[in-house]
Amino acid sequence: MTMTRRAALAATVGGFGLALTGVRTARAAEGEPIRLGFLTVKTGPLASGGIQMEQGVTLALKERNNMLAGRPVTLFTADTGGVPANTRSKTQELIERDNVQCILGPLAAFEALAIDDYTQSQKMPIMSVAAAEDITQRKPDPWFVRCTSSSAQCSHVMGDYAAKDLKYKRVALIADDIAYGHEQNAGFQHVFEDAGGHVVQKLWPPLNAPDYGSYIAQLNPKLDAIFMAFAGSNGFRFSKQFFEYGMGGKVPLLGGMTAVDEAVLQQMGDDAIGMLSVNWYSAQLDNPANKVFVAGMQRDYKVDPGYYAAGTYVSVAVLDAALKSVDGKIEDREAFMHALRTNQVPDTARGPVRFDSFGNVVGNVYIRKVERKGGRLVNSVIKTYPDVSQFWTYNQDAFLKNPVYSRDNPPAKFIEN
Amino acid sequence: MQFWLIQTLNSLALGGLLFLLSSGFSLIFGLLRIPNLAHGALFMLGAYLGATVLAQDLPFWLAVLVAGLVVGLGGVVVERLLLRRLAGNEQGQVLVTLGIAFILADLCLLAWGGDPIPLAAPSGMRRPLLLFGFAFPTYRLAVLVLALIVALLLYLLMERTRLGAMIRAGVDDREMARATGIRVSYLFGCVFFLGAALAGIGGVIGGPILSAYPGLDADMLPLALIVVILGGVGSLLGALVGSFIVGFLYNFGTAFFPDFAYVVLFLPMVLALGFKPEGLFGRVRT
Amino acid sequence: MLGWAVLAIALAVLPLLLPGTFYIGIATHVLVYALLALSLNILIGYGGMTSLGHAVYLGVPAYACAWLMLHAGLSALPAAIGAVAIGTLTAGAFGVLALRATGLGFLMITLALGQIVWGVAYRWVALTGGDNGLRLPSRPHPFGIDLAEPTPFYWFVAAVFFVVLICLRHLARSPFGACLRGTRDQPRRMRMLGHNVWAIRWAAFVLSGFWGSVAGLMYVYDNGFVSPQTLALPQSAEALLMVVLGGAGTLAGPVVGAIIITLVKTVASSYVERWYSLLGAIFIIVVIFMPEGLVPGTHRIWRRITRPRLAERRAA
Repeated sequence: MTMTRRAALAATVGGFGLALTGVRTARAAEGEPIRLGFLTVKTGPLASGGIQMEQGVTLALKERNNMLAGRPVTLFTADTGGVPANTRSKTQELIERDNVQCILGPLAAFEALAIDDYTQSQKMPIMSVAAAEDITQRKPDPWFVRCTSSSAQCSHVMGDYAAKDLKYKRVALIADDIAYGHEQNAGFQHVFEDAGGHVVQKLWPPLNAPDYGSYIAQLNPKLDAIFMAFAGSNGFRFSKQFFEYGMGGKVPLLGGMTAVDEAVLQQMGDDAIGMLSVNWYSAQLDNPANKVFVAGMQRDYKVDPGYYAAGTYVSVAVLDAALKSVDGKIEDREAFMHALRTNQVPDTARGPVRFDSFGNVVGNVYIRKVERKGGRLVNSVIKTYPDVSQFWTYNQDAFLKNPVYSRDNPPAKFIEN
Repeated sequence: MQFWLIQTLNSLALGGLLFLLSSGFSLIFGLLRIPNLAHGALFMLGAYLGATVLAQDLPFWLAVLVAGLVVGLGGVVVERLLLRRLAGNEQGQVLVTLGIAFILADLCLLAWGGDPIPLAAPSGMRRPLLLFGFAFPTYRLAVLVLALIVALLLYLLMERTRLGAMIRAGVDDREMARATGIRVSYLFGCVFFLGAALAGIGGVIGGPILSAYPGLDADMLPLALIVVILGGVGSLLGALVGSFIVGFLYNFGTAFFPDFAYVVLFLPMVLALGFKPEGLFGRVRT
Repeated sequence: MLGWAVLAIALAVLPLLLPGTFYIGIATHVLVYALLALSLNILIGYGGMTSLGHAVYLGVPAYACAWLMLHAGLSALPAAIGAVAIGTLTAGAFGVLALRATGLGFLMITLALGQIVWGVAYRWVALTGGDNGLRLPSRPHPFGIDLAEPTPFYWFVAAVFFVVLICLRHLARSPFGACLRGTRDQPRRMRMLGHNVWAIRWAAFVLSGFWGSVAGLMYVYDNGFVSPQTLALPQSAEALLMVVLGGAGTLAGPVVGAIIITLVKTVASSYVERWYSLLGAIFIIVVIFMPEGLVPGTHRIWRRITRPRLAERRAA
């Protein structure tokens, strides 16, 4: 077989196959399964969040008998390992080999940024839990929807609560030295200082810090509170060491949205009782959808759901609602995307949600307090802030004209050395 | 004043922890001439095993014993089955340890899940001590004491026993040691057991401070490398001194040069390697 | 000559045989990593110097190219030249530092330098974007051809790969290559013969950095994105493994190593949930049964199969 004949054969087969797929999509609708891609992290240090994301998706689909809007669902799960180059090639696999019609995930902000240009060029709807601000602000993707929160969306709320309800005046900020930590802290600082508070110290331990003793020793002796915006196990480890140094009784810790997650709460022990945190979700939320969700997670996985499980669970609920409003025709991508972004879903496990023009969720944010209930530690909701957007109460255009939140933005005017 | 005191105590405690981590690494590196890249994973395995034992409400010393024995035996198995087949091929042995590190990390994730697991300090050491007007975790001071005890025991082993003399001979000059009739291959097994056991014990003792979590191996291995590079390969004194140097560097470095937090440990390592590649007390010419 | 022609044809025809753009993408990824492994092989295989910091030459030119295009406003060609230049200069500087020691000390210095660059990438947010990384604005348009589609981009990378292979073969066969192997095998004798061993090694380090920078350039074109993970220790370890797995000191070895490891990471990981353990197991098995690497090892086994016949023929 010469080269030209082989090429011709390949071209014919390829063309035939292409024609077939064309025929398939034109027919669309009933019977044909919806192909849902799922990017998660199941190996490596980010695995705990990724495993919970998978639990959320599995449970959500199980409760719907694996059907969305009357059509069966085929889920394609891909493990990215938390490495952006892998994320990209897994995304290519989902889009080009598995022909998915919508993607849930990825987990981390840098993963979302790594695949952003590719998914935009492929016009692929993405429903991610990655919190990076600019994906829904200065570098928006029209195919992106986020049901969880931008980095600062929740910390704005804690800044407000700390200044107005708790009447704190002097606060220190501590977070991992990565964009997620910078953005959360900046959001807190912005609102807290606008309400009259002073951020007197900022500490940035590196992501792989073996020990936080050095940072605990550097804390300013006169503080009303410390806002900590860690992710994953670092928040857990920092709090533990914080209590070991006997600081627990002296300075209250205020947790960001992943710092006091239900996933690690049981392990934190009685030292954590009374700790406040802010999040768009709590396993204690008292609405019908959440009761079903928590019962399901307890039954299947013996854990309370936290940030990541709730993130994908709510995403599937939003996906379901959008599909229902287009009669299940996910093939008409433009219409589906429009439905996804303009729907208002009043009854998700986190409460009512709708989306702003950038695809970011607008919904309730809760201040939670750790309490012991029924022999277990829970994040009880003590205050609800309804209808919170990623811009807080700021004017959207003015907000976007400023550079993105970072270590030095907003500038720290009250730092004491 | 308080700041200096706390940071000094922090540095000493961290130094003690690092010694427990890197003493085993230095031993293996010294005699077998290979950096055991699975050392971080062995440390992490020890921590997880300790957590499991402690969760059954069993005493702390039992957790340490179990972790040390299990990880040590695991080390011997690896040495016999895998490393021995590659005798003389040091590059191959390093790669095998790397493969073991991958497999161990993945299996730990499978067995214990992705969430961090705390280890409880022995009761009685859980509340902080009040010293000169500030509180310092009691357990960290205990770690420092434990590390010094282990250092003393290892010193006695190396300097006062026949086994120790044989090991030291093997580290200094393997060929001559063989020529004088020392069964160096048998020593490899002993040292690997000892090194791995020390890693496992270190994991449990460090557990109440660090917790057991996926990624602990990747966080700890570079630290062991730095300590051994600074202190010198194959020297326990070097591992001890190196551990405390790194402890002080880390605590004071991140406090005074926060912008260099990511590189505060590696810059000195490059300087040390540039000027004295065998380390402060090194006996092995690299 | 015939071997090269067959290889060229195979490379060119490959996209037509693969069942989809996804697989063409994988082939491109394989070629990029093969380039990286080949560049590291200059150090390990021909020079006998094991480095655990080679990811620097994947990441630094990638960052340089992205930064030059994003912030300095350069177009593709000047940015590419700038990126490779910066990567090579880094190799020059790091080579001076690393060559203060040999063997394990060299390994440690390269590791430390790699970690320092990684830390700087995380921390110097203004330059590198921190952990958010930098996005490449667009792929180049050499001679007006658009490389945005997978197949034309694959041919571009395959062409670069082919040229690099020819250059490296030339290097291996050149007098310099012989000198380099000499310093690997018998450094003292080389010194006695009047060669400047340090200069030869440093030149090898720089060459390794140069070809690594070419790989880094292809990497950033392929992914359109670079972040600190590209500079992290696991990436350096992967490159080392590709070389050793396939066989250091041969031209085909690193390529085979790159093929296997990339396929396990991208394809096997879809079918095997514990693919990370699988990767570890592959290292162990190959290192134990074929310590010299897959290519020389397979060659050895092949000869053992065919040799008995040869021996018979000779005896007759």
